[in-house]
Amino acid sequence: MELLYALTLGVLTSCGIYLLLRARTFTVILGLTLLSHAVNLYLFASGRLATSAPAIVGFADHSADPLPQALVLTAIVIGFAMTAFVVVLALKAAVELRNDHVDGENPDEDRP
Amino acid sequence: MTHLMILPILIPLLTGASLLLLYPTPVGVQRLVSIASTVMLTLLGLWAVSTAGSGELTLYHLGDWQAPFGIVLVLDRLSAIMLLLTAGLSLFCVLYASRGIDRQGAHFHALFQFQLAGINGAFLTGDLFNLFVFFEILLIASYALLLHGGGRARSRAGLHYVIINLVSSALFLLALGTLYGLTGTLNMADLALAVAATPAAGQPLLTAASMLLLVVFGIKAAVLPLLFWLPRAYSASSAPVAALFAIMTKVGVYAILRVFLLVFGLGESPANQVAWGWLWPLALLTLGLGGIGALGSASLRTMTAYLVILSVGTLLATISFVTATTLGAALFYLIHSTCMTAVFFLLADLLGQQREQGYDRFSDIAPMGHRWLLGGIFFIAAISMAGLPPFSGFISKLWILQATSGEPQGFWLWGVLLAAALLILVAVSRAGSGWFWRPGKMTAPRPLDRVCVWLVCLMIGVSAGLSALGEPVINYLELTAEQLLVPQAYIDTVLPESARLAREVAP
Repeated sequence: MELLYALTLGVLTSCGIYLLLRARTFTVILGLTLLSHAVNLYLFASGRLATSAPAIVGFADHSADPLPQALVLTAIVIGFAMTAFVVVLALKAAVELRNDHVDGENPDEDRP
Repeated sequence: MTHLMILPILIPLLTGASLLLLYPTPVGVQRLVSIASTVMLTLLGLWAVSTAGSGELTLYHLGDWQAPFGIVLVLDRLSAIMLLLTAGLSLFCVLYASRGIDRQGAHFHALFQFQLAGINGAFLTGDLFNLFVFFEILLIASYALLLHGGGRARSRAGLHYVIINLVSSALFLLALGTLYGLTGTLNMADLALAVAATPAAGQPLLTAASMLLLVVFGIKAAVLPLLFWLPRAYSASSAPVAALFAIMTKVGVYAILRVFLLVFGLGESPANQVAWGWLWPLALLTLGLGGIGALGSASLRTMTAYLVILSVGTLLATISFVTATTLGAALFYLIHSTCMTAVFFLLADLLGQQREQGYDRFSDIAPMGHRWLLGGIFFIAAISMAGLPPFSGFISKLWILQATSGEPQGFWLWGVLLAAALLILVAVSRAGSGWFWRPGKMTAPRPLDRVCVWLVCLMIGVSAGLSALGEPVINYLELTAEQLLVPQAYIDTVLPESARLAREVAP
């Protein structure tokens, strides 16, 4: 399970960073979303991975650490709000600047 | 347990929320509510400074959950100074904004209060994850404040600012996850003990987490490779917002001080050594770049943005010596530079409104109204900024030079700091002579907002007062520095004895 988990994190992070370095706002936002998914999974894993271990003491022989789950919930809520904000901002910028380049000007348009 | 401690967070949060409901009411009511809240924060800041002055730490257990299980708020001298500085600065900003700029967009005052709640929370919290949450609160308010007033330049700068800060939030969470996985706690005091007791196998991960945190705080504070978002963002935002943002980079500096002196500061070979090693050259380069940028910028607001960068470079370079005298000197410089960069942002707006064309651009030679009055104010502000006597800029720079003179590396700081001071001097003289000497008199000067002029004068007065009342302030800051360098006292106050013992017995 650890290997699968680590591979998922790695793929998510690398895709996120690749998309983040693109020049269009839409791909950048997709990259941010993937990166925040990876980060949330990573936070979750910081309480150690375990199967059939509830986060409440006394329901099973092993109980999982509940704190990372609380942290992840907070991080998900914040990440969701931030993503919503950046989508609206990117739309506003695209309308005002008339292109969706991250620098606000399109270098390709000037070329013959 | 005094409940006054939670008020610096609660008052702006509740005010901000009620201002959202009050939005249909006349703008005068909103201004009144916002100003009243900020005045209360200033009073609370004074209370905090006098309470923390005794040297005792004040604790507040949220929900009465004991540390390290619950979240604690901790008030020490450093937090108190930062609270008072934020409150004082925001009072000037909100008064300036109430002269008309707050009507250029929606919900200025509500956002302003949320921003204050986030900043105050970041200064008070004693829990690393809580610090992340307050960072997010102050950031999301700052995203919206940056866009206040609208326009193409703000949209473009805002996009960069938001994206880089979202990436830094992701890095912050990665660092927190690593630290929690290693130690099983996020309370700063408990974490300090756990970090000091980390076995050798965990050291590389620990260093990685601490460096990730350094990158995150470096983005907030604008240290060299991570600062390119700042000039555009600060120069695009409206004057009172930019003036408030003068404290935002200092939140990053505060976080570096708090985390690297407390959490990674214990043990025989503290984990923060790597961080100081990186911070020192980067801070010097930041300082140099700030000076060059100030000289090369095309408008007064961009120049001020580079002055912010320069101040961060000076601060972090001085801090990375990590002695009581250098920390004290750095804190004095922190107060001075926050006030003066805020003055310059407000002044750029005040001057820009009086120019016939070009707003605050240097390339336009346009007649200016009220040349003598505004020129005089600019002259005094520039003197203080460049560090010439008799204002606080001179005293703070002198103290930094004095504090670092005995250090082997002090020579480098002397060279770069003085060279940068010369560059600032050239930059402000060029700006002043281009604006006030060359162009003729404006035939019909625009009306000057007396209140705004008084506000700016008062802020410069605060800077002058800081140098007049130098001694008590310096004493207070020296005690602050000593308190910062003894993390054990912080830990003993925050953690009950049982928690401390558990940590020492644990393998």
